[in-house]
Amino acid sequence: MSGNRQNGSGHSSEFVVESTIRVLGLSTIGLGLLIFVFLLREGLPVLAEVPLTNFLDVRWYPTFGLFGILPLLLGSALVTVTAIAISLPLGVATAVFVREVAPNWAREILKPLIEVLAGIPSVVLGFFGMSLVAPLVRETLGAPTGLTALTGALVLAYMALPTIISVAEDALDSVPKGYRDGGLAMGATQWQTIWRVVVPAARSGIVTAGMLGIGRAIGETMAVMMVTGNAARMPLELDAILRPVRTVTATIAAEMGEVASGSAHYHALFALGIVLFLITFLINLTAARAIFAKRRRGGLR
Amino acid sequence: MDSTPATAQIIENKGSDTLVNLALAWAEAYMGLHPEVSISVTGGGSGTGIAAMINGTVDIANASREMKAEEIAASQANGITPVEHTVAQDAIAVVVNPNNPVNKLTLQQISDIYMGRITNWREVGGFNRPIVLLSRESNSGTYVYFLENVVRLGQDNDWLFSPDTLLMPSSEGISAEVRQNPNAIGYDGLGYVTSDQQVVAVAQDRNSPYVLPGVDTVNNGSYPISRPLYMYTAGQPTGDIKEYLDWILGDGQTLVTTLGFVPLQ
Repeated sequence: MSGNRQNGSGHSSEFVVESTIRVLGLSTIGLGLLIFVFLLREGLPVLAEVPLTNFLDVRWYPTFGLFGILPLLLGSALVTVTAIAISLPLGVATAVFVREVAPNWAREILKPLIEVLAGIPSVVLGFFGMSLVAPLVRETLGAPTGLTALTGALVLAYMALPTIISVAEDALDSVPKGYRDGGLAMGATQWQTIWRVVVPAARSGIVTAGMLGIGRAIGETMAVMMVTGNAARMPLELDAILRPVRTVTATIAAEMGEVASGSAHYHALFALGIVLFLITFLINLTAARAIFAKRRRGGLR
Repeated sequence: MDSTPATAQIIENKGSDTLVNLALAWAEAYMGLHPEVSISVTGGGSGTGIAAMINGTVDIANASREMKAEEIAASQANGITPVEHTVAQDAIAVVVNPNNPVNKLTLQQISDIYMGRITNWREVGGFNRPIVLLSRESNSGTYVYFLENVVRLGQDNDWLFSPDTLLMPSSEGISAEVRQNPNAIGYDGLGYVTSDQQVVAVAQDRNSPYVLPGVDTVNNGSYPISRPLYMYTAGQPTGDIKEYLDWILGDGQTLVTTLGFVPLQ
C-alpha cells in the first residue's frame, strides 16, 4: 500500500518537474523568438522611410539622413576576421599544449586560469587596449592613430581566446586514447602524433571553436567602441587594417542612447540589429551543424 | 485653516538639447536649496521649447539660439512678450597634442582639415605628419554646432565631416587620444578641456587676430567658436521664476564649468 502510494507520488512529482523544465526550456526559445519579433517590428519600418539604395550605400551620417550600412558591415567583418585569424591558431596551440603536452600539475593550474580570462569585463579590456595597445600599434607600425581595426582585432582576439581554448580542448579531450597509442606505436614522435593524428581527429570540434570565437567577437561592443576609432569609412585600402573602422555593434551602442524614438534613425539602428542577429544566427547554426555532423559520423567528440 | 496648504510651485522648463544637462543640474541644485519649488526639465530642441513657451505650456524655454523674428511675431500675436536671459556661454575649443607646433588656425583651415581637404600638418605650418581627426559622436549637440559653424563655416551648404573622422564616445576619449597622439586634432566644450592638451588660437579669417578661448574672450565675443545660451520667459519673470533665474545668474554660474560651458563672468 505504502509502496504504491510512494510510487504514485513519485510519478506525479516527476511529472511536475518534467513539465516545469519543459516550460522553462520552451520559454527560453519563446523569448528568443519574441526578441526577434521585436527587432523586426522596430527595424522593418526603415524600409518604408529610407530607400534601399540609401541603406546599401557607403555613407553613414545618420544625423543627415544618410544610412549606408556597408562601411559598418565591412568594419565588423574586417575586425572579426582578423581577430579570429590571430586567436584561432593561438587558441588551438594553447589547447594542444594544455591537453597533450603540459604535465598534469600544470594542466590543473592552466585550465582554471584560462576560464578566469573569460570573466574579465570587456570595458576593462577596452581601457587596456586604449591606453596600452593603441599607442603600441601607432608607434611600432607607423599608423597615424593607434585606434585602428587592428587594435580592435587584437583586443577581440584576446577576448575570444578563452572560448576557443576551452572548446578546442574539449575536442582534443574526446579523441580516444587509442589514436594516440596507435600513432606512437607506429613510430611517430609525440609531435607527429599530435599534428597528424589527434588534431585532425578533433577537426570538427576545432571548427566549432572557431565559429563560437567568431560569434563572441562579432557581438562584442564596449571594447571595440573604445579602441577602433569609430570612423564609418569603407575599409578597402591595403592598409585598412591600420586605419579606424566603425563596427555595427559600436554604432548601435553609441547612437541608441540619444536617438529620437520612432525616427528613421531609430528604425535604422534596429535594422542594424536585425542584420547582426541574422549573422550571429547563421554562425551559430553553422557551428551547430558541425557538431551534429560529427555526432552522426558516430565517432569522435 | 491657519496654515496655508503647501502647494508645490512647479516651474516647467523645456527646450534646447545642448542646454538640457545644465538646466537639469541647475534644477536639481535649486530644488535642493528650495524644497518647496519643483522644476521639471525636458529637452526636445530650442524650437520645441520656444513653441511651448509661446503656447503658454512652459514657464521657461531653453534655447541655444536667439528667437527668430517669426517666433517673436507668433508670441506677440498670442499676447506674450518674450524676454531673453543669457544664462551661459557655449565655447568650443580646438585642441592638439602639446608637442604639435601648430598653435593657431583660421576657421577656413579647420574646416578644410575636418572635411579632409587638408590631410597633413605640413600644410598648416606643422611637421610632415598625417592629421588624425577626432570628433564627438554625431548625437552630441557639440557635433552639430561644430559642423554648422566651423565645418560649414556658418553657410547653408551640405558639407560633412570627412568619413575618416574618428567619433569618440566621450570627452575622455578625445582627451586621451590628443594627449598621446602627436597627429591628433580634436574639439570639445571648453569646460571639458584639460591642461594636458594644447588649445589652438582661432581666427575668423586670415586678416583677423588669433584668439584663445577663455572666459573673457568668449564673453566679449572675440573668440569665434562660441555662442550664448538663452532662457526665454513669457514677459518679465515674477515670483518663483524670477528668483530661480536670479539664482542661475548668480550662484548657479558655479555649475556651468562642470558641464563644459563657460560662465558669464
